[in-house]
Amino acid sequence: MARITLERVGHRYGHAPYALEPFDMVLEDGRSYALLGPSGCGKTTMLNIISGVVRPSEGRILLDDRDVTVVPISGRNVAQVFQFPVIYQSKSVYENLAFPLRCRRWPIARIKARVAEIADLLDLSGRLGKPAWQLTVDEKQLISLGRGLVRDDVAALLMDEPLTVIDPQMKFQLRRKLKAVSQKARHTVIYVTHDQNEAMTFADEILVMSAGKVVQRGTPQELFERPRTTYVGYFIGSPSMNVFDAEIGAGGVMIGGTPIAPGGALPSGLPTSGLRVGIRPEYASLAQPEDSDTLAATVVGVQDHGSVRIVEVAIGTARARLKLGRDIAPPSAQARIRLRRDKLCLFVDDHLIAAGI
Amino acid sequence: MPLHLENLSLARNGVRYLDRVDATFRRGRLTTVIGRTLAGKTTLLRTLAGLQAPDSGDLKLDGVSIASVPVWKRDVAMVYQQFINYPHLSVLENVAFPLLRRGLKAPEAQLRAEATLAKVGLSGFAARRPSQLSGGQQQRVALARALAREAPILLLDEPLVNLDYKLREQLREEFRGLFAEETKAIVVYTTTEPAEAMMLGDEIVVMHEGRILQVGTPVDVFERPASTAVAEIVNDPPMNILPGAVVDGRIALGSYRLALPAHLSRLAAADYRFGLRATDLHVDPASEIAGSLVFAEISGSETFLHVETAFGPLALQIEGIHDIALGTQVPIGFSTERLFAFAADGALVVAP
Repeated sequence: MARITLERVGHRYGHAPYALEPFDMVLEDGRSYALLGPSGCGKTTMLNIISGVVRPSEGRILLDDRDVTVVPISGRNVAQVFQFPVIYQSKSVYENLAFPLRCRRWPIARIKARVAEIADLLDLSGRLGKPAWQLTVDEKQLISLGRGLVRDDVAALLMDEPLTVIDPQMKFQLRRKLKAVSQKARHTVIYVTHDQNEAMTFADEILVMSAGKVVQRGTPQELFERPRTTYVGYFIGSPSMNVFDAEIGAGGVMIGGTPIAPGGALPSGLPTSGLRVGIRPEYASLAQPEDSDTLAATVVGVQDHGSVRIVEVAIGTARARLKLGRDIAPPSAQARIRLRRDKLCLFVDDHLIAAGI
Repeated sequence: MPLHLENLSLARNGVRYLDRVDATFRRGRLTTVIGRTLAGKTTLLRTLAGLQAPDSGDLKLDGVSIASVPVWKRDVAMVYQQFINYPHLSVLENVAFPLLRRGLKAPEAQLRAEATLAKVGLSGFAARRPSQLSGGQQQRVALARALAREAPILLLDEPLVNLDYKLREQLREEFRGLFAEETKAIVVYTTTEPAEAMMLGDEIVVMHEGRILQVGTPVDVFERPASTAVAEIVNDPPMNILPGAVVDGRIALGSYRLALPAHLSRLAAADYRFGLRATDLHVDPASEIAGSLVFAEISGSETFLHVETAFGPLALQIEGIHDIALGTQVPIGFSTERLFAFAADGALVVAP
């Protein structure tokens, strides 16, 4: 396992604009990372640069202290799992798992022990003798995963949307396995996905990518509580973060003339324009009669999701959503809304400058 | 007048895809069919469309059997999981094509196609090819093609399953608006997701292993699931089902004895299966019931904790994103007032 260092790495395909803008990044040994973003955001380019499939047009890449910028994929000692199972159909499950070790001329006894260990992790022990073609697509993908994990000497395990082919019902099982396996094996894992839930469930840290840039790197909790931009606030969490235009007045931060956190500690030198306030639907609630500093809202719609109801409201010209438990009766027309001030995010030009006021 | 399904059955290679299915779908209503993979949802839609003939049973539209009417005469529009469009046609042509085939004049077909593209938010994309669109846009094209037909029966087979969750969230809301305008068609929409079934359906049909387990309004089905199987299917994470009993006027769960709450006070002494929604469990440091965290899963803005306890695995749903190490002992609290009681055979006895 290795630490991966990217120094001013950037990439453009031919003369096209940057697919990946130059950036610095250190990925620590033994941690799991998700590269998360919509298609075209540069996440696969980044993965391919790390694996050696793509040589970056700028910058250096190091595995621990070794510069591998010009080293092709075969010399980098990384294992990969792709969207679709890549296995030998005619070989048995055992032979599929053993193959990467045989290539490295491991002694037979050691291969046996290691394959048994991996098969046990993935619940494949009972199927080792089966030819791979007899397995379901989920099981085949498990073998792909097993082949990635079986070598204990790889620098990193790279996964590109490995659950794409998996039936939604099975995804839960596989995610669980993947998580357990990566925690146990302490591999450096880099996992590419466009699925927020998958990224947040799986990774220690997430790199949120958009238009060729890493817009935020952080733990799932950090992304949720302190999104660095309004985009991350939108992209992470469901429903998205509510964002209001705000102004600074005598009452501190105000929305439509109503102070929402009077006397709060504000960063100095706030600009007079471009100020916005974000609040997660979970942290906005119906006000109690005794609450002060509440916002007047008009209920626009109620969505019944079962365990919760999402109440859409208009506050001035802005729209917002609240998440109410099923035990709370949704208001019919008018309501007063309270925002948890310790959870307010203050943005200037869509960049976070304070969380909690 | 409605579409009736009468005692439909269909089996292949010993697997029952439809097992004595009776159902009624009404005009101007959207019915969501919820069930896990292989519950028979797709087979049901394919049978409605005429793509698959049932082994037995009948389908009646306005009282007239359509079981032997072939697919091309049924006038059914369908949207699939995969984004199916004609790759060589523009977006506009994709939507207009079935209209032309049905004999509409070109200018009229174009007008209607343009209007429908506007409805699904694709006005600016009429000249593009489907391959130049994102997944969400491609699925909107497929939807527009189905809507433009103004067919009396519109079938949607898990249309959002292949999109990422931000898009699913957005399209679900758009669908609500679009289908609200659909006052004449019978709309049947399949999904595996409880929230989607709840928010879109005027009515929910719950399917499992080829059978219809329950039909009702979303609120009915959610608040009074007819059986443990329904309770598991319409909740995400599935409702926790705990084997227990009422003994000496108390609830027995494993080695724990709990006072009977008011709504269960008339339960006779017997074995029961008690149901608890994941949202009705919480982390409670004062609780003596605890278990080891085996998996934490993030869903949108919630964390599902899967905990192994003395009475089996339990799922808790907590608000927000939390990072709790696997193996942590999680103390679990709940109110007995939230307990569902199901009979030993799974049938609902009392809902809270």
